[in-house]
Amino acid sequence: MPEILLDDKAYTGADGETVLDTLTRGGATVPSSCRSGVCQTCLMRAVEGSVPAASQKGLKDTLRARGYFLACQCTPTGTLRVERPGAEAGRLAATVRAITPLNREIVSVDLECLDMGDYRAGQFINIFKDDTLSRSYSLASTPGVDPHLTLHVRKVAAGRVSGWIHEALQVGDRVAVSQPLGECFYLPSNPEQPLLLLGTGSGLAPLYGIIRDALHLGHRGPIHLYHGSSHRDGLYLIDELRTLTHEHANVHYHPCVSREEPSGDLRRGRVVDVAVGDLTGLAGWRVFLCGHPDMVQSAKKRLYLAGASLKDMYADAFIRSAA
Amino acid sequence: MTQALFEKIGGEPAVNVAVDIFYRKVLADDRVNGFFDDVDMERQAAKQKAFLTMAFGGPNNYTGADMRRGHAHLVTRGLNDQHFDIIVEHLGATLRELNVAETNIAQVAAICESTRKDILGR
Repeated sequence: MPEILLDDKAYTGADGETVLDTLTRGGATVPSSCRSGVCQTCLMRAVEGSVPAASQKGLKDTLRARGYFLACQCTPTGTLRVERPGAEAGRLAATVRAITPLNREIVSVDLECLDMGDYRAGQFINIFKDDTLSRSYSLASTPGVDPHLTLHVRKVAAGRVSGWIHEALQVGDRVAVSQPLGECFYLPSNPEQPLLLLGTGSGLAPLYGIIRDALHLGHRGPIHLYHGSSHRDGLYLIDELRTLTHEHANVHYHPCVSREEPSGDLRRGRVVDVAVGDLTGLAGWRVFLCGHPDMVQSAKKRLYLAGASLKDMYADAFIRSAA
Repeated sequence: MTQALFEKIGGEPAVNVAVDIFYRKVLADDRVNGFFDDVDMERQAAKQKAFLTMAFGGPNNYTGADMRRGHAHLVTRGLNDQHFDIIVEHLGATLRELNVAETNIAQVAAICESTRKDILGR
């Protein structure tokens, strides 16, 4: 059985167990979030022993060369001595510039991060409450359009990070964030292609960034945004999105509610049902999805059977932590 | 010889086209789509691609044991010969749509047949 050495303590792995599971089972504190190898929260460094290539997938080559790996994707074959990542490993300093309520349970948080460099609208960052606790949030801002990075943070019941952001975080505070991550973004390769954006709740965040990024980059094909919530008061940025449809004839905004009678021009039903009802034949469409993982998975299947290609579907691949 | 079959069918580009047609057929068929429920679509499509690559005689490192392990949970849920036949049929229909010669389709079916025992856990 492989042994994992951390802080002068040995943890014995079970057959087929990941480093993350071995350490956590043994009582060590290792930050983690998606457990799917996407969010990179469980980044660690092997100082002795070798890690499988699969556990270094998606890491920058400079990190790989120094033995960094993802604990949730690492099933070791031999003994490993590991360290928690140094503060230099992908953590950047940011300053809170604004905190603005968007609706009853979602606030927008503007961050200024001078070291961030380039990012793509629709990517996500991890925000660290402390050394061991972080969560991933999609960026709602658009590079070249918005001066700061913007996150939409929904207050999760007993959420340790969202609770901290909602209740304690102040304008002017310094926080640690990760590099931008994720593959859910717009590329200007085909400006005539019809775009479908489907999101629920604070899953609007990356879509709000992507839709403005696409327009900023000169997208000319039709763009349909379906944003859903159970009730009217869960929707947000309604006026901003309506303004966008007035400014751009190719933008169509469809706010949907699934659990109450819609008023005005709201639509009744779940976003995927409303969209599939409206749009016959999605062959050739590019699709962006964000929201609850169950919604994303079932929508992918529905849209695929409605003609969309998997290679043209973009979604946050990670599972959001409950608390 | 199987490498020759893979090349004849069109290699990896053909697999990519075939996966899309094949997977749609499978997901739309109520007799078998229950076995493809609640799985990650991308992961599933990647598995289909690996399966088709193997069935087309292309490079793969599947072993009988992998096949057994990978399908054991489906056998528990009732996966049987009929389901196996339906999947092979959909694969044949996919290749016909892509104008693959009947002799080559028969070779693909024979490769699939060679995995039947492992997949059904017998």
